Amino acid sequence: MASFSRQAGGQRHTFDSLAAVMACASPRRSGDELAGLAADTDTRRVAARMVLADLPLKIFLDQPLIPYETDEVTRLICDSHDAAAFAPVSPLTVGEFRDWLLSYAATPQSLRALAPGLTPEMVAAVSKLMRNADLMAVAGKCRVVTAFRTTVGLEGHLSSRLQPNHPTDDPLGIAASTLDGLLFGIGDAVIGINPATDNLSACMTLLSMLDEVRGKYDIPTQSCVLTHVTNSLQAIERGAPLDLVFQSIAGTEAANRGFGISLSVLAEAQDAARSLKRGTAGNNVMYFETGQGSALSADAHHGVDQQTVEVRAYAVARAFDPFLVNTVVGFIGPEYLFDSKQIIRAGLEDHFCGKLLGVPMGVDVCYTNHAEADQDDMDTLMTLLATAGVNFVIGVPGADDVMLNYQSLSYHDILGLRHRLNLRPAPEFDGWLARMGLLDDSGRLPPPDQPAFRRLLG
Amino acid sequence: MTAPTATILPLDPFARFRAATRARIGLGRAGDALPTPALLDFQMAHALARDAVYGTVDWDALSDALPLQATGPVIAVHSDAPDRATYLRRPDLGRRLDAGSPARLHAAADTPCDLALVIADGLSAAAVQRWAAPVVHEVLARVPGWTVRIVTARQARVALGDPVGLALSATLAAVLIGERPGLSVADSLGIYLTYDPRPGRKDSERNCLSNIHANGLSPALAAEKLVWLMTEARQRRLTGVDLKEEAPTLETTRATDPLPPVP
Repeated sequence: MASFSRQAGGQRHTFDSLAAVMACASPRRSGDELAGLAADTDTRRVAARMVLADLPLKIFLDQPLIPYETDEVTRLICDSHDAAAFAPVSPLTVGEFRDWLLSYAATPQSLRALAPGLTPEMVAAVSKLMRNADLMAVAGKCRVVTAFRTTVGLEGHLSSRLQPNHPTDDPLGIAASTLDGLLFGIGDAVIGINPATDNLSACMTLLSMLDEVRGKYDIPTQSCVLTHVTNSLQAIERGAPLDLVFQSIAGTEAANRGFGISLSVLAEAQDAARSLKRGTAGNNVMYFETGQGSALSADAHHGVDQQTVEVRAYAVARAFDPFLVNTVVGFIGPEYLFDSKQIIRAGLEDHFCGKLLGVPMGVDVCYTNHAEADQDDMDTLMTLLATAGVNFVIGVPGADDVMLNYQSLSYHDILGLRHRLNLRPAPEFDGWLARMGLLDDSGRLPPPDQPAFRRLLG
Repeated sequence: MTAPTATILPLDPFARFRAATRARIGLGRAGDALPTPALLDFQMAHALARDAVYGTVDWDALSDALPLQATGPVIAVHSDAPDRATYLRRPDLGRRLDAGSPARLHAAADTPCDLALVIADGLSAAAVQRWAAPVVHEVLARVPGWTVRIVTARQARVALGDPVGLALSATLAAVLIGERPGLSVADSLGIYLTYDPRPGRKDSERNCLSNIHANGLSPALAAEKLVWLMTEARQRRLTGVDLKEEAPTLETTRATDPLPPVP
């Protein structure tokens, strides 16, 4: 295997492989240290970036980081690569590619045309040469618009998933959290429950309940029970009112096997959900979640750094025209992203990399209680992401998910974000808020008056 | 100048829902933000959770509360993670014994035992302090005639029970461990049961009881379930997914997501 070497910072740094260059070029994070892949000094980290900056983008087509023969995600990436779309940037080095992405020549139109020509490894590589502001600037130029009953990802809009989880799936408890969110104008991306069990009949009960709530108030949105894809397939067979198929995905075949999935089962589920034709604004039917560290935790990372493996998951997502994709960035825990500095950086990387590949990227702005992070840090990350044009974020009552025991954004947080940055929910949902009398003259959503409460809580 | 008036509705429209969920619904609004009382309630809950993660168990007080007549003295071990900061970053070190621990285990393990009860701090010192001793009492009362050794483990992950169980030649290892604190419960204890414990066991080869706390499983009910599992495990000579179907567990993990929060 070729090695890479560079004189920098007063000493010679040698990297055994392309994967080692990528890992050492990554900003410091606990997951790569846990895997034994991280640069052990800051100078070595920058030396790796200098090596990376001078490598041709094409090297990632010639030297797959995970072998083609043994990994179906690599095969998907190579076989679906669009050489014509790649042509405009094919002579560039990774460093030159960064400069081009930031240039005025890289317009929303040219970036959209380029997306099928980019592989996850190219996108991960260039992200390692970017500062947080660079990640925001380029992501902001990448619009990825998808539709089911609402249209998500339009310029000037910020959508949200309403996440009314309950530790025992109590219907009244879930209804309470749902109505609370609707009164804040939350839920235009999806009303999505993480069920307490993977039991099929329990999931079907939840699907019916969400569909009834949606029907009763004629809400233009979609619902989802985040159960395993094979459960969703069975629910469809049994006639459940299923809008979106959910699945957690990762960037290697082995990690996906750990989730009990393959590309073929995802394709089967996409076909089944599309055949229901339940979308009115569009027919993007898949919802995926990802997170840095998931492959390492399954011992399925092949010696590749966690951020690069994460971006490979977006190539999996991209193949199924998803409606929604989000990273659960701070959920995975401090052994992968130790503190708010690492969580914020990873959130911006994930959003940028997804958008550049043409994936409709949202972020679960969140943290666990054993990570070095708090609400102030989430204020920072949500503001940066909204500024960068994130498709959607996730809201739970009071930022406290009582089922998964972690903190996401509160309904308040998302409402404040929209008002401060002048962002609106999806147009279809915005119209519903107006019809329900929940908006004031300037289009803001004030605390509801008694009649509005009665209409929704009655 | 008149005093500012808060725009808080006179009646709580969410009153009839509150019994159905611990979720922070109907908090009111100060503009778009949380009203001050709700803000401070949240910060207190987060502080309790943080203090549980960074707290230390008073091991002497815990040992004093344990029924040691039948088990012999407590054996104290430490993982290879020297401190909490390392523990949080390096779960692999929390699964290994430090250099001094094997000798203490071997000194106490003159004969094989049926059960190693490993009390591990995990991610909540508060949970261990409050619930470990009551659970041990309830378990021992239900297994008369078993040879049981009690081990306390510092900076420990679930899998530290594997080398401990092996060193003690234990048929079963039950690791009582502080679970990752949430905002609503910061002192929840979990139990992980492993048949024929030895390093290399996978999480799929264990059975889990979680949510032992004031509003969850009681120590008595947890002991009841654990003893059922242990009896089955001894008969069938296994633990893990093949026992799971029948094990009456209460799990609250993000079932299909990247990482179940195993401490």
